[in-house]
Amino acid sequence: MHKVYHRIEQIAGNVITVRAEGVANGELAQVVGTLSTSLAQVIRLEKDKVFLQVFAGSRGISTDGQVRFLGHKMDVSFTEALLGRVFNGSGQPRDNGPELDENRIAIGGPSVNPAKRIIPRKMVRTGIPMIDVFNSLVESQKLPIFAAAGEPYNELLARIALQAEVDIIILGGMGLKHDDYLQFRDTLEANGALSRSILFIHTAADPTVECQMVPDISLAVAEQFALQNKRVLVLLTDMTSFADALKEIAITMEQIPANRGYPGDLYSQLASRYEKAVDFEGAGSITILAVTTMPGDDVTHPVPDNTGYITEGQFYLRNGRIEPFGSLSRLKQQVNGKTREDHRTVMNTMIQLYASYKETLEKQSMGFRMSAWDNKLLRYGERFEKEMMDLSVNIPLEAALDLGWQIMADCFEPAETGISSKLTEQFWPKQTA
Amino acid sequence: MSENVGQIVGINGNLITVHFDNPVTQSEVGYARTGDVALKSEVIRIRGDNAELQVFEDTSGLKVGDPVAFSGNLLAVELGPGLLAQVYDGLQNPLPKLAEQCGFFLQRGTYLKALDREKKWAYTPKARKGDEVTAGDTLGTVPEGIFEHRIMVPFRLAGKWQVTETVAAGSYDVDQVVAKLRNERGDEVAAKMVQEWPVKVPIKAYAERLRPTDPLVTKVRIIDTFFPVARGGVYCIPGPFGAGKTVLQQITSKHADVDVVLVAACGERAGEVVETLREFPELTDPRTGKSLMERTLIICNTSSMPVAAREASVYTAVTICEYYRQMGLNVMLLADSTSRWAQALREMSGRLEEIPGEEAFPAYLESVIAAFYERGGVVRLKDGTTGSVTIGGTVSPAGGNFDEPVTQATLKVVGAFHGLNRERSDARRYPAIHPLDSWSKYPGVVDAQQVAQARKTLRQGNEVSQMMKVVGEEGTSIEDFVVYLKSEFLDATYLQQNSFHDVDAATGADRQKYVFAKIHGILTAKVFFPDKDAARKWFLQLTSVTKDWNLVTMDSAEFKQLEQRIDAMLAEVSEHA
Repeated sequence: MHKVYHRIEQIAGNVITVRAEGVANGELAQVVGTLSTSLAQVIRLEKDKVFLQVFAGSRGISTDGQVRFLGHKMDVSFTEALLGRVFNGSGQPRDNGPELDENRIAIGGPSVNPAKRIIPRKMVRTGIPMIDVFNSLVESQKLPIFAAAGEPYNELLARIALQAEVDIIILGGMGLKHDDYLQFRDTLEANGALSRSILFIHTAADPTVECQMVPDISLAVAEQFALQNKRVLVLLTDMTSFADALKEIAITMEQIPANRGYPGDLYSQLASRYEKAVDFEGAGSITILAVTTMPGDDVTHPVPDNTGYITEGQFYLRNGRIEPFGSLSRLKQQVNGKTREDHRTVMNTMIQLYASYKETLEKQSMGFRMSAWDNKLLRYGERFEKEMMDLSVNIPLEAALDLGWQIMADCFEPAETGISSKLTEQFWPKQTA
Repeated sequence: MSENVGQIVGINGNLITVHFDNPVTQSEVGYARTGDVALKSEVIRIRGDNAELQVFEDTSGLKVGDPVAFSGNLLAVELGPGLLAQVYDGLQNPLPKLAEQCGFFLQRGTYLKALDREKKWAYTPKARKGDEVTAGDTLGTVPEGIFEHRIMVPFRLAGKWQVTETVAAGSYDVDQVVAKLRNERGDEVAAKMVQEWPVKVPIKAYAERLRPTDPLVTKVRIIDTFFPVARGGVYCIPGPFGAGKTVLQQITSKHADVDVVLVAACGERAGEVVETLREFPELTDPRTGKSLMERTLIICNTSSMPVAAREASVYTAVTICEYYRQMGLNVMLLADSTSRWAQALREMSGRLEEIPGEEAFPAYLESVIAAFYERGGVVRLKDGTTGSVTIGGTVSPAGGNFDEPVTQATLKVVGAFHGLNRERSDARRYPAIHPLDSWSKYPGVVDAQQVAQARKTLRQGNEVSQMMKVVGEEGTSIEDFVVYLKSEFLDATYLQQNSFHDVDAATGADRQKYVFAKIHGILTAKVFFPDKDAARKWFLQLTSVTKDWNLVTMDSAEFKQLEQRIDAMLAEVSEHA
């Protein structure tokens, strides 16, 4: 029988303080308020003073509210029954389904021993040429999508989720608009993918503390599936909301902020989540795709900045397209040498030509005269943007490479591309328009 | 002495406050016990009868009232044969062994001996009974990898000691007592093969520190020619994310002309360590023909591992470097990234509620960084030989802005600055070291005057290119245009280097001298063209030939042929006297 405490000494933000003994750091408690009953977690101990963050928020908690410590850490039920279900940040169902209580596993577990990791080498095919051809996604990679608000990042995530060849999809939604959540769910359902998906959803209307739990709970479940030899894709959107939730708690706890109000451990906090991406030696893998919205479209903002240092590359989503410049998959070298022999050449040449096109555009806008070469580039650039960069394009890698050759052949002579004659002889399309 | 035990009175993240009754030493190690695990921690502040300790592990589950056992020892590492080719975490736990014992995950509270206790080493005594020795003198040797590992008089021993007993040559494990020593006061000490040393104290068992003057060849052209590093020098590589810091460090760790390379992955991605871990054993060291791993040691405290251990990891690394320096070896420490270490300091400082400095970094940040880099250097040992520790630290400035505190504090104490630049990396110009912003105070391998001339060309070329953006190509004189083309030529053929190509990835010192003299000749030649298109065409062609030249080995026939082609091309457009 757990002892119940009745005297709450302090309520500030979502943090309450009680006097209690024998409480462990990180332990869970149940807090009964006038509005509802909520879980809370111990975040600091000072002699007999216990600081708890209340998941459902402190609204409606009175000074004589009940606090009952549960004697264990935050955990989640791990069973096959999770598949096809939707939960909130505390692991409670939000789809009217039954609560799950078997096989509880702790969340936020220890990190993987680097000696047990292997070099990732399996490509994740997405059908999006800007990813498959130019910045291949690799199993066990952690990759953020940097986007300004208003970009179609959630649509992109949903598309990748549907097309990627993975066993299980876990969606962690943080600060999602309710419409976006429903859209995600409906898209997965319409395409028959819901049965291999698990959704942990925190919407903008839900308490902040739950937002903070979403990545941990999603990744803890992902880790268990990966250990059972499953290939898991974890989608997190939006990590900036997660960082903002951290900021809120840090300020409430009177921590000294480091940069624009964010706590000094923002890097470590983000890293401990992203580093869960792994390819286990002799078991499955976890791949993480996360959306990081950039406030003010500023990549030097602390959240995208710290993220960029942690992740293995980034995709920039701008004007509804994945930008070829700045976007980078650090692991692409591991896989794109083994797909087709022309892959790397097409990738490099097309990007260089596109860069030249951009320069020509600049020249054109400044009123300089266009040479014959400039005109070729202009023609090329337009086709590249329309047929490769557009997000609606959905073709397998090989078809995308063939298309690349076709576009180049329609615009240039073989020698103008700088591709070695050995490859042009083999791949340059014979019929040109 | 009975065990010194205190009680936890407060827990805030990885900081615990402990009430104690018996004396406690600043920086000593304590173990906080919860259930059946004991979590290693270090005293960082003492106030009244409360000590504050940073815990090197996750603190969840700890309770107020839990016991903390103070060990009386400072945080130390084990030094002895068998360190090389190992992979340790920040507290010197061998990670592969840990994986054998605990599986996929790092279990907290599990600490293993750093050195293998089973392995036997073929020991050859050097010191004889009756010899007078001081700290750091050689007692005997064992072969480790490619060199003789010296077993030395423990560094902690002060004053003169006499060898009273030695063991015969033979095969022993590291715990073997190899000699007994006695000083004038009659104190007796048994010297083992393994010794311990506190990580935050520099090892100073040498005769004197020297000025670093020998160039350390990294085989990266822009570094060795333009911004050289000296053996025993210290340098830093700041750069925004994605600019190639880690790739540059990896190339250096492969090709640098030193005896031992220590890679300290401090708060960075685990994936990068894995590449080194899995690839190095397959690669051969061109200097010795053996596996590269045999000269490499990895200290790996990646970003998701506990923060306090990250702070310790750079000290663990540099202490091991100093140990190998004591054997007369040239050692290189590549720390990636020092910003993560500084952030670990910041996190701790925040929990201690210290008054913050700029960007909430602690006020003592500068002195801590300076003290760390000062542990590099060349030393003359007591036997007259020299050894060196070269430190190369990457810095990851927030937002890629070099004005932030960590970069600035680092720049003050280093001898060379390799500033990586976003524009250069976006333009795929690798290594993305900025040729105009970077600097070095160390002497290089190439003639200094030639380098000064090349630098002038780069500067002028940059000015012309800025101007051309305003007035267009039409408004630029052909003389200026040629200067611009020359600077682009230098950039494309010499500053840029393909790290994935077998030959181009590593350019030795001799080749650099030879090739750079040729390029210098082109930069200073007076060349004439009828118009700009002709000039551009000629330079493009020359660039492509010279790039091909970079790809062939120096002793091949093609090397000669391509050189002749370059000469012929130059003759075509040169002024005839």
